[in-house]
Amino acid sequence: MTWSDWSWVLPDAFSTFSDDVDMIYYVILWVTGIIFVITEGVLIYFLVRYRHKEGRKATYDHGSSKLEIVWTTATLVVCLALGIVSKGVWDTMKIDVPEGAMEIIVTAQQFEWHVTYPGPDGALGTADDFEVLNQIHAAVDEPVWIHLRATDVLHSLFLPEMRVKQDAVPGKDIPVWFEATATGEYTIGCAELCGIGHTTMNGTLTIHTAADFQAWATAQAQRPRPRP
Amino acid sequence: MTTITADRAPMAGMKVYHLKLGMWVFLLSEVMFFTGLIGAYVILRFAHPEAFGVPGEVLNVPLTAFNTFVLICSSVTMVKAFAAIEQNDQQGLQKWLLATIVLGASFVGVQAWEYTLLFSEGFVPMAESYHAIARGAAEGSEVIGGPLYGATFYTMTGFHGAHVSIGVFCLCFTLWRARKGAYTAGNLGGVEIMGLYWHFVDLVWILLFTFVYLI
Amino acid sequence: MSTTEKDIASAVDAGGQHDHHEIPWIRKYVFATDHKMIAKQFMFVSLFFLVVGGALAGMMRFQLGFPGQPMPGAGILPDAMMAPTPNGAIMLPEFYNSLVTMHGTIMIFFAIMPLLVGLFGNLLIPLQIGAEDMAFPRLNMASFWLAVPAGMLMLASFAVEGGAAGAGWTSYAPLSTSGEWTGVYLGQQLWLVSLTILGFSSLIGAVNYITTVINLRAPGMTWFRIPLATWSLFVTAVLILLAIPILAGALLMLLFDQTIGTGFFRPDVGGEPLLWQHLFWFFGHPEVYILILPAMGITSEVLSNRARKPIFGYHSMVLALISIGFLGWIVWGHHMFQSGMNPLLGTSFMISTMAIAVPSAIKTFNWLGTLWKADIHFDVPMLHALSFVSMFIIGGLSGIFMASTPVDIYIHDTYFIVAHLHYVLFGGSLFAIFAGITYWFPKMFGRMMNEPLGKVHFVLTFIFYNLVFFPMHNLGLQGMMRRIYDFTQYDFLQPLQPMNQFITLFAFALITTQVLFVINFFWSIFKGETAGNNPWNSNTLEWTVPSPPPHGNFAQMPTVFRGPYEYSSPESDDDFLPQTTPPREGPGPSSGVPAPTPTPEGAEV
Repeated sequence: MTWSDWSWVLPDAFSTFSDDVDMIYYVILWVTGIIFVITEGVLIYFLVRYRHKEGRKATYDHGSSKLEIVWTTATLVVCLALGIVSKGVWDTMKIDVPEGAMEIIVTAQQFEWHVTYPGPDGALGTADDFEVLNQIHAAVDEPVWIHLRATDVLHSLFLPEMRVKQDAVPGKDIPVWFEATATGEYTIGCAELCGIGHTTMNGTLTIHTAADFQAWATAQAQRPRPRP
Repeated sequence: MTTITADRAPMAGMKVYHLKLGMWVFLLSEVMFFTGLIGAYVILRFAHPEAFGVPGEVLNVPLTAFNTFVLICSSVTMVKAFAAIEQNDQQGLQKWLLATIVLGASFVGVQAWEYTLLFSEGFVPMAESYHAIARGAAEGSEVIGGPLYGATFYTMTGFHGAHVSIGVFCLCFTLWRARKGAYTAGNLGGVEIMGLYWHFVDLVWILLFTFVYLI
Repeated sequence: MSTTEKDIASAVDAGGQHDHHEIPWIRKYVFATDHKMIAKQFMFVSLFFLVVGGALAGMMRFQLGFPGQPMPGAGILPDAMMAPTPNGAIMLPEFYNSLVTMHGTIMIFFAIMPLLVGLFGNLLIPLQIGAEDMAFPRLNMASFWLAVPAGMLMLASFAVEGGAAGAGWTSYAPLSTSGEWTGVYLGQQLWLVSLTILGFSSLIGAVNYITTVINLRAPGMTWFRIPLATWSLFVTAVLILLAIPILAGALLMLLFDQTIGTGFFRPDVGGEPLLWQHLFWFFGHPEVYILILPAMGITSEVLSNRARKPIFGYHSMVLALISIGFLGWIVWGHHMFQSGMNPLLGTSFMISTMAIAVPSAIKTFNWLGTLWKADIHFDVPMLHALSFVSMFIIGGLSGIFMASTPVDIYIHDTYFIVAHLHYVLFGGSLFAIFAGITYWFPKMFGRMMNEPLGKVHFVLTFIFYNLVFFPMHNLGLQGMMRRIYDFTQYDFLQPLQPMNQFITLFAFALITTQVLFVINFFWSIFKGETAGNNPWNSNTLEWTVPSPPPHGNFAQMPTVFRGPYEYSSPESDDDFLPQTTPPREGPGPSSGVPAPTPTPEGAEV
């Protein structure tokens, strides 16, 4: 085991919104960490300080409404603040798909990911679309808008290094977007139990430079297609 | 001085005897059960309106309206049965219980007959072999029934019918006990809770009739 | 006499006037209607299922710690579960999916819930409110005897072709709608039928508990003198009453989808998979509060008694129980943030989820307040109760992470969630169950459990438990998904193999340690030190009667003069003051003498 396995530091992420997500995580980590230290510390202190000693009786006390109001209000304020901070990032990630994103279709099925690209004409649903299996390719610093679908059961598209996760529901077309900030090879995983082969639904997310992505897309589009 | 011995009555609670309180509590759970079924129906209907027929297209509203009337009458006879035993009228109790049983059984019978009619017209709850044609419409018109409309219809009305059937069975048991003189004006809990259950089942039907047959 | 009068007369007539004929063995031990016997029946059966659930977990952990390795001793399992190889039997993914499903299902429905509600509900409610038994003893018997076949069906499902259910304890559609997707056919249907029957068992139990608490309280037992254990069980019973029917409807709809071809949740015929999730979690979230509230109640009893101090803020504790029960209905969507439901709903559920943290926090602060300036005795029940508080703090705080919708995007369906749920269900509920069993064991059996052995069991369990589940937070943060048969398929998860192995080894140690509890439990029934009426010097009513109490509980109807937590009161020479002890002459804080309650018309008292 390495130290990083036990760490509370999140693994690196490379999308435009991953810093925001991670920042909220660290804020919550600090807040809950402080609360943890205080409450467990108080607990241990009380257990030591007030352990049974001959001749000492407990204090006959039923509580303090004032104190309760204070800590109830404080808890409510902290919790609601965390909620408010979270809302903006959530809306960005799940609702606000940016203009001009490259649209692709990712169709999940038992037990593979079918990824459909629009081809040279840039439009999905035309004859020059091409499909790849268990891979997503995209250009760095370019937003990608995934139309997430499923053919059979629920799956969940998990791109950990992009901080993306979205369940794929048969009968639905769900928008998922991200914009990668660094080239490299990343992980595609399935995060919803989908049957016997759930564990095998891994794939590769490759983020190219713009030029390399163009080259890849062109080469794919020119691949011989199976005759209809 | 303490007053222990003078006051030995338990806490007043709801001022309602155990059987009656228990039945009210149980009926709350039944409300939730039908809420789940009706809720599923409402959600599916809003999500896929094209899979559902309009009232009267497939279902026989006049027949079911008559059946609703039968069930409402059975609630009236149940009220009369309870009123009878409140007056210690044993003959009246038995007479009105029997009337309730007959009307309740008729309701179930008519509903079962309705089911057979619908089945023969192809209105089934499953995905395969459904081919119901709108009543009075031309051949080859819109297919209605099946895995959503049929499924929700038979689930809601079927579970309701099951509750009526169980009620009829329990009423027979109550009538049998009445004939043995088990109930008096001072001991009518068994009749009262049957009444509560029966009125509840009637109320659910009125809601179902509205949501399923009329709207 | 009127029906109401009969109820009152029989309540007044508690205990001592019963016919003392011997009831046949089968009516006393098998088809029992005495709540105390039914409590024991639930206890023995549920502890058995707890062991089964633990064994299932052990097998899962083997596969996770040593993926693809032959499992020792697994050769006896059929080929459908374990693939035979020259080196031994290796677990198959379909069996792993069944293990995941059945571990969760059995632990939640057949272990934790019947221990908290079936055991403690039955044992404590009549005794703590001063009643001779439940309002409906025969209905109580029916409740137990419905749970047994439900459990048997669940176990039998392992033996059918296709194996036991394999779609997770949450049974999401469309996966669960057909064996075409899971490879499981009859097993999935048995799962549904079993839970429907169990649901009905719980439901009639809830009717009994609610009616009993409302109607059978002894004179002077006002609502705000009811002990927190009973209060928590009352709120839990209301949750069961209202949530289980929703589950029942959903289970039946799924059964129809599986068997007769309806399309409630099947998108291939126009149905809605998300409808299943909404129905399931609308039940499922109140369910998790069903699994924690009685544990909180037990903790309050033990903490206050062993600290010899009144509960800090008793009224707030009651209000917090009620608020949790109430708010628990409007947070279900937090299980569905990534489900594809409208993202706007995500925000509204996040707000309600953040809000429900508040009453739990209130309770935690109040437990700490109870320990402040207390006189703490570290008996075994107290050790487990303190464990509940400290582990529940961790489980509760980890919940904040997933309540935040964007953070949940990353940690949903990872081991972070597994860590959270085990901190609240094991660190919380199970430790409270250990506390409750060791605390009320003398009342059930007339003997104390062995204290030194109990302490060894506690220390080892506490240490191993934390070594198993705390690292799961980190596994989740590294991205390890749930319900994954072989995580080494993923490059980015391969470095986690040592941590998984670590967890597995300590999981085996944790499971093995429970043998100490089993030994202590059975040995103490026969050889434990004899216990008197009130070995813990407690205030509540169950400790005023013999251990174990006779049929009918109270020789004559008790009268209650004060609340349940009058420890170290200046009114008493001892450091406790039972609820039924008459007050001294003259003025005092607990004047306690009940005003004559208006008796219903015509009642002869």
